[in-house]
Amino acid sequence: MTKNERVGAVLVIGGGPAGMQAALDLADSGFKVYLLETTPSIGGTMSQLDKTFPTNDCSMCILSPKLVATGRHENVTMLTYSVLKKVEGQAGNFKVTLAKYSRYIVEEKCTGCGVCAEHCPIEWSSAFDRELAPAKAIYVPFPQAVPLIYTIDRGLCIGCGICEKFCEAEAIKYDMDPDIEETIDVGAIILAPGYDVYNSSKKVMYGHGTFPNVLSNIEFERMLSASGPTEGHVIRPSDGDVPKNIAFIQCVGSRDAQTPNTYCSSYCCMAALKQAVIAQEHVPGLKTTIFFMDTRAFGKEFEEYLHRAEDEYGVRMFRNNRIAKVQENPGTSDLVLGFIDGADIEDETFDMVVLASGATPPESSKALAKSLGMNMNKFGFCETDELAPVDTSVPGIYVCGAFSGPKDIPDSVAQASGAAGKAAALLSDERGKLVTKKEYPEEKDVTDKEPRIGVFVCHCGINIGSVVDVPGVMEYASKLPGVVYAEENLYTCSQDTQKKIKEMIDEHDLNRVVVASCTPRTHEPLFQNTVREAGLNKYLFEMANIRDQCSWVHRLEPEAATEKSKDLVRMAVAKASMLEPLPQPKIPVTPAALVIGGGLSGMTAALEIAKAGYEVHIVEKEKELGGHMRRIHHTLAGVNPQETLANLKKDLQDNTNVTIHLGETVEEVKGYIGNFETTLKGGEEIKHGAVVVASGAVEYEPTEYLCGQHPKVIKQTDLGDMLAKGELDAKAVAIIQCVGSRNEEHPNCSRICCSTAMANALKIREEHPETSVYILFRDIRTFGFAEENYNEAARQGVRFLRYDPESPPKVRADGDGIIVEIDEKFIEETITIRPDYVVLNAAVHPNPDNKDIAQKLKVPQNEEGFFLEAHMKLRPVDFATDGIFLCGLAHSPRLIDESISQALAAAARVNTVLSKPFIEGEGVVSVVDEEKCIGCGRCVDLCEYGAPRLEEVSPGVFKSKVNEALCKGCGSCVVECCSRAIRSKHFRSDQIITMIEAALADDDEEREAKA
Amino acid sequence: MAEQSEAKQDQPSYEPKIVAFCCNWCSYAGADLAGTTRMQYPPNVRIVRVMCSGRVDPAFVLKAFTLGADGVIVAGCHPSDCHYINGNEKTATRGDFLEEFLEETGIEPERFRIEWIAGSEGQKFAKVIREMVSDLEQLGPIAQEGA
Repeated sequence: MTKNERVGAVLVIGGGPAGMQAALDLADSGFKVYLLETTPSIGGTMSQLDKTFPTNDCSMCILSPKLVATGRHENVTMLTYSVLKKVEGQAGNFKVTLAKYSRYIVEEKCTGCGVCAEHCPIEWSSAFDRELAPAKAIYVPFPQAVPLIYTIDRGLCIGCGICEKFCEAEAIKYDMDPDIEETIDVGAIILAPGYDVYNSSKKVMYGHGTFPNVLSNIEFERMLSASGPTEGHVIRPSDGDVPKNIAFIQCVGSRDAQTPNTYCSSYCCMAALKQAVIAQEHVPGLKTTIFFMDTRAFGKEFEEYLHRAEDEYGVRMFRNNRIAKVQENPGTSDLVLGFIDGADIEDETFDMVVLASGATPPESSKALAKSLGMNMNKFGFCETDELAPVDTSVPGIYVCGAFSGPKDIPDSVAQASGAAGKAAALLSDERGKLVTKKEYPEEKDVTDKEPRIGVFVCHCGINIGSVVDVPGVMEYASKLPGVVYAEENLYTCSQDTQKKIKEMIDEHDLNRVVVASCTPRTHEPLFQNTVREAGLNKYLFEMANIRDQCSWVHRLEPEAATEKSKDLVRMAVAKASMLEPLPQPKIPVTPAALVIGGGLSGMTAALEIAKAGYEVHIVEKEKELGGHMRRIHHTLAGVNPQETLANLKKDLQDNTNVTIHLGETVEEVKGYIGNFETTLKGGEEIKHGAVVVASGAVEYEPTEYLCGQHPKVIKQTDLGDMLAKGELDAKAVAIIQCVGSRNEEHPNCSRICCSTAMANALKIREEHPETSVYILFRDIRTFGFAEENYNEAARQGVRFLRYDPESPPKVRADGDGIIVEIDEKFIEETITIRPDYVVLNAAVHPNPDNKDIAQKLKVPQNEEGFFLEAHMKLRPVDFATDGIFLCGLAHSPRLIDESISQALAAAARVNTVLSKPFIEGEGVVSVVDEEKCIGCGRCVDLCEYGAPRLEEVSPGVFKSKVNEALCKGCGSCVVECCSRAIRSKHFRSDQIITMIEAALADDDEEREAKA
Repeated sequence: MAEQSEAKQDQPSYEPKIVAFCCNWCSYAGADLAGTTRMQYPPNVRIVRVMCSGRVDPAFVLKAFTLGADGVIVAGCHPSDCHYINGNEKTATRGDFLEEFLEETGIEPERFRIEWIAGSEGQKFAKVIREMVSDLEQLGPIAQEGA
């Protein structure tokens, strides 16, 4: 390979939600991905969380499918338990050296059965459970780990050899080389190593590590988890008692000038609220109290969560509190905190204290920076530019997630897709060159053939075999109707058994296969692949879960477990005999995208899609591109973005893939993923495979504070214009925050206004040092590194006055002048100021056009009117409807860099659709029997994915038809259909009923025979 | 109470049969986790996996009772956690209807449960099975008409 050749592979460093997302997006867009993770499993910090805000989703439930998808993606090579050693080369062609630590386990042989750990005599404290629970010297970090391969910690292992004796897979190898170096060639690198949790014991005044009942937030999170060290029971580590009151102390190791971490960690306020709420759900009657400085509930629907926590759960909130110290009562291990309550100083005793330990750069960051030669910011996070939020200082190396600054999961995931989009654009010519497309033999025709079922019963080493009489189950299976072959295996999942299964399919002309072993959730794809390789349709396979749901849970009742196993096999065989081959629809894709909205987000997304090599149509209702960006003259970093905007415009105009439709709107959208047909108002028709909604938002037009009535009351954007033109002439400026947001009508925070206020205030102080600036606020929400700007504003003499929403500032005219009165809440006094200008930081409100767009695309909006994504945490730029994506202010209020990240993300997600000539659908879908359908439309109303549609088959006669491309196969419509016209393939009613019959069939003969 | 325990002694072999319909994404995963973490519960349950609890036709529940199930569980994701956005809401609505219907037919309410079990709640899965088996042992077999 010569130096200039580009490589169609990408290295992703870090296997948390961001790293996984980047890996999946690239692998789905035709690139080979190496996913490097230092620990033995992917999953990142999210795998340690119990719930996620603001939906209180179970973290592992949403993460686990992602782990599995990443682990089994044919274009993702996982390099777990490995570290980066050296990087040479340049963008497009890097040579990467990495070291793979030895697990002292032959990875190909380990089945993850866990017998080794059960017998390991060494107990130590589990890092995953933050040392609150025991673990063994041979371990997986958590039960859902991917890859599910054990690792020996040689620092703890005493080499007793017990595990080796019990491992029937012969996977344990003590004399393995400690680590192996490997080199790989990649065209781009994405950094997603995440963050570390601040070591709170450094703040000695809080007693973490000394007082047993003081926990860090992540420790408390493990305690709340049903699969955590206390199985979800909230108890005091000192005595195991259930606490009656818990205090949460915010900003531990962040926003803290006593530490290097003066930035805000962004997620801790919401995390504390969530933990308080969840803890109260766990412990009835529990009282929770949060001590904080500002509530930073700035994200989508966060403020509403805050209200629920306060109003419905009664979480007590004490503002303006940085707790000085925690004292322990040595007799009771209770904890005493001194705090401010209004003008008073109080003491209160708590049973437990949870510290909001902030985010710090990951331990690996320095080494990474060194081997990659890139710039870090002063806090040790990766340096990025506001206008290029996924670029590092090294071309071809991109960054995402908390490594570029503390952020929550959806922002990390969006940035990850964005980084993937950038990498895909860089390597667009190499797409598809290094990925493998598996070829399968032609499928055998099994229609009208009597079922010939093969049953493979697994011992799983001793996991099943030591409890269940496996030979007995096999013998029993062999006599079931339709079964022509049965065998038992030590490990049915092993490579050699796969070969054997294929041989037996040939030898016995099997047309259905049943494996009785572990869970289909992890192993069904493996066996489906095997039967496919033997020429059977993958849906001619069924599993009986006799391990996870039998031998493991009935260990002391071997006879009953054996009977249950027989029942489970009987059920699986009964279903297998009724299985039918299912075609997987191939949906052709038009390689073009439609972008609705020509603001910063829409333009960014469009350009990235065009760079990746696809046709793009931008539809902008105004006569000019640029949206709100046209009125931004300086960013928080003090940069004028107009040049960037001009370049963006030029790049779009110059790119032959881009068609710009100005003064246009969308009239009608028909079709589905891969095949949309859109008509514009002007009549033009566009065929495209994907849609990006980037319709932006609007600035609230205030009616309060004399806005529109007094010339000296202006909006923030007016101030920006004035500053840009150098026209500001004022002795004093008063900026009022939260105008039109965080109120009853618009309960949520507009996210950007605090940062905007700092940018404007700093600009004023810099250019007009004689001008005093007052910021009248409720909470300052300069999250992340914007906290620096807040600190700087304070240093530059900007005065901060806090008001309560119950008594907002009073603005009144005084001739040409203006008077502002504020009930200041720090000093509890009314202050009067006479500014030359009152600047209203008006809220970001949803675009009123959203409703129309939502109806045309059949996508949902939230209550406020912003668009609602498919999943608030892990699918931030996807709609539930495949092929439609969103970004920027259409999603929710966000800063410039966040909008750009999301726009790049939407582009990357579009690439995953457009990069394929066709999309392979799932076979498990619903179908309508037209004869029976009465065209009532109930299924149409019911389906969240818009899969069933009514079609007029003859004049006035409507029938429902399910679009296989949109159907997710949940089967809800089947049950709701009043004429029983819908069938759910692979989960047909007759198939389910046959399983019920099999489950309840009385084997009287057998039982009698036994008796 | 005394009568019941005597009745139990008369029928030492009574092993209640439970059919549980579990959604693939949360409840089935929860049942798996009970196994992974080696929680022990009585071997009286047979799980039928469906993609979404919203797929569970009330007819399946009735069918199970007709065929001799002593108890039936429909388990899905917690409210708002549904993998298919809101399939479990449909389950909840149907559950209300089923509960009423079963009560009218004389089937005790303890015999039918709708449960929200997350993929991280192996313990809850085990607990639900333990509770139900214990309830069913107290109740004994479903009374046959005319018996």
